Amino acid sequence: MFLKQYIKDVWGAMKSLATGMKRTGYYFTHHKEIITEQYPDNRDTLVLPERFKGEVVMIHDENNEHACTGCTACELACPNATIKIITKFDVDAETGKKKKAIDTFVYHLELCTMCNLCVEACPTGAIKMAQTFEHSVFDRSKLTKTLNQPGSKIREGVE
Amino acid sequence: MWSLSNIATSIDQWLNETFNPTLALIIEMLIAGVAVIGLFAMLGLILVIMERKVSAWIQIRLGPNRVGPKGMFQSLADTLKLLVKEGMTPGGADKLLFNVAPFVAMIVAMLLMAPIAFAKDFQLWDLNIGVLYITAVSSISVISILMAGWASNNKYSLLGAMRSGAQIVSYELSAGLAILAIVVLTGSLRISDIINAQADGWWIFKGHIPAIISFIIFIIAVTAETNRAPFDMAEAESELTAGFHTEYSGMKFALFFLAEYVNVFIVCAIGATLFLGGWMPFHIGNWEAFNHVMDYIPSSIWFFGKTFFLIFLIMWFRWTFPRLRIDQLLNLEWKYLLPISMFNLLLVTVIAILGWHF
Repeated sequence: MFLKQYIKDVWGAMKSLATGMKRTGYYFTHHKEIITEQYPDNRDTLVLPERFKGEVVMIHDENNEHACTGCTACELACPNATIKIITKFDVDAETGKKKKAIDTFVYHLELCTMCNLCVEACPTGAIKMAQTFEHSVFDRSKLTKTLNQPGSKIREGVE
Repeated sequence: MWSLSNIATSIDQWLNETFNPTLALIIEMLIAGVAVIGLFAMLGLILVIMERKVSAWIQIRLGPNRVGPKGMFQSLADTLKLLVKEGMTPGGADKLLFNVAPFVAMIVAMLLMAPIAFAKDFQLWDLNIGVLYITAVSSISVISILMAGWASNNKYSLLGAMRSGAQIVSYELSAGLAILAIVVLTGSLRISDIINAQADGWWIFKGHIPAIISFIIFIIAVTAETNRAPFDMAEAESELTAGFHTEYSGMKFALFFLAEYVNVFIVCAIGATLFLGGWMPFHIGNWEAFNHVMDYIPSSIWFFGKTFFLIFLIMWFRWTFPRLRIDQLLNLEWKYLLPISMFNLLLVTVIAILGWHF
C-alpha cells in the first residue's frame, strides 16, 4: 500500500514537472508571444491595452459640449482629493430659472493614483480615463489641469 | 581531415623538433593551461548571455538587446564593469581565507577539466580512474564555499555555506550512484573506455529504462551540486541576500560567478560523456550511409553540441521549476532519489551481468 502511494507520488511529480516544462518550452520557441514593448523605439506604433489608465479627461463632442452636470459625485468619490469642482449658476434666458453648472473642473494629476473611482461614480459618463502617459513636466503647477474646455457647455438633455 | 587532435599532434611534433624534450613538455603544459583559462573565459561569456537569453524567452521577455547585435556583447560589457570595480574585504573578515576562496573554486573547476575528452584523442589526461577522479575532485568545491561563508564574518554567508555543505554531501550520493550505473555497464573507470564502449550506441539508448532513470537522477543531482535553482539554497536571494558570496564584490565575485558556470559546463560535459557518448557520433545500427554522414561531422562539434544541449536542459529546469525549501530538498534526496537510484543500480547490475544491454 505504501509502495503504491510512493510510486504514484513520483509519477505525479514527474508528470507535473513535464507539464511545466512543456509550457515554458512553448514560450521559448514561440517568440511572437513576447509581450515586451520596446517603448521609446516604437513610440509611433505603440498599442496600449484598452483598460490602460493614463489620466482623467472630460469627453467633449464636436459642438464643444460635455455631459458634466457639476453634481460633484466624482469629487466625493476621489480618495485623495484629486478633483475639485467649482460650480456656478446659469440663469435660463427664457424662464429666468437658476440652474447649477460647472465653472471649472480642476484635476490634480500629481495626486491622482488612477484608481478609476471617479469614472465609476459619474452618473452621466462625462469623464473617462485617457491612454496618454507621458506626463513629465518641468513645473509642478502644470500638472494641475482644467478638464472642461474653455467656452464649453453642458449638452442639452443631460440632467 | 581537420581535427583538434591533428592540431595538438603537429604542435607537439614542432615543439619536440625545436626544443629539448623537457622544455617542450613545459611549454606544452603552459599552452594547456592558457587554453583552459581561455576556454573558461569564453564559457563565462557564452553561458551568461545564453542564460539571460533563455530565461528571457522562457519568461516572454526580450532579454539583453542593446549591446552589439541582438545584445550578444552584453556579458562582455558586464565583465568590463566587474573588472573596474573595487574588490572590498570586510573589516571583520578572515583576510587570507576570504581572498583565497574564489581561487579555490576556480582551481577545482580547472582540475576537473583534466580528464574530459573534448574530441577524438583530445584529452589532457586519460587516467585509468577518470570517473573516480571527477567525483572526488568535484566534492572539493564545497570547501571553497565553506571558506567563503566562514571567512565573510556574516550570518547570511555562513548559513548559505552550511546549507550548501548539507546539500552537496547529500546529492553527491545519488550523483555517484547514477554515474556508477554507467561504470557497471562499461566495466571501466577510464573516460576513453567509456566513450569507446558507446561506439555502436549511446548508453542512454543501450541501457534500457534503468539508464534513462539514472540519467534523470544524474541531471537532478548535478543541478543540486552546482547550487543552481531550483536547488539554490546556498545563494537563496529571497532569504539569504546572496548566501556565501554576499560580501564579495568586483572580480572576486566574478570568479565565483564564473566558477558556477564552468561547473555547469563540466557536469554537463560529464553527463554527455557518460550517457550521450561524449564525442561519439550518433549511429543507428547498420544504416551505413547515415552513419557515414554522422561520422563526417567533427567529433568536437558532437561533444560541444551534446554538452550545450544538456546545459540548455538545466537552464530550462531553472526557469521553469519553483525553488525547494531546505527540508523539501533533503526529503527529495534521502526519501526519493537515493532509494530509487540504489534500486536502479541493482537493476543495472543485473542487466550488465546477464548481458541484456545491446
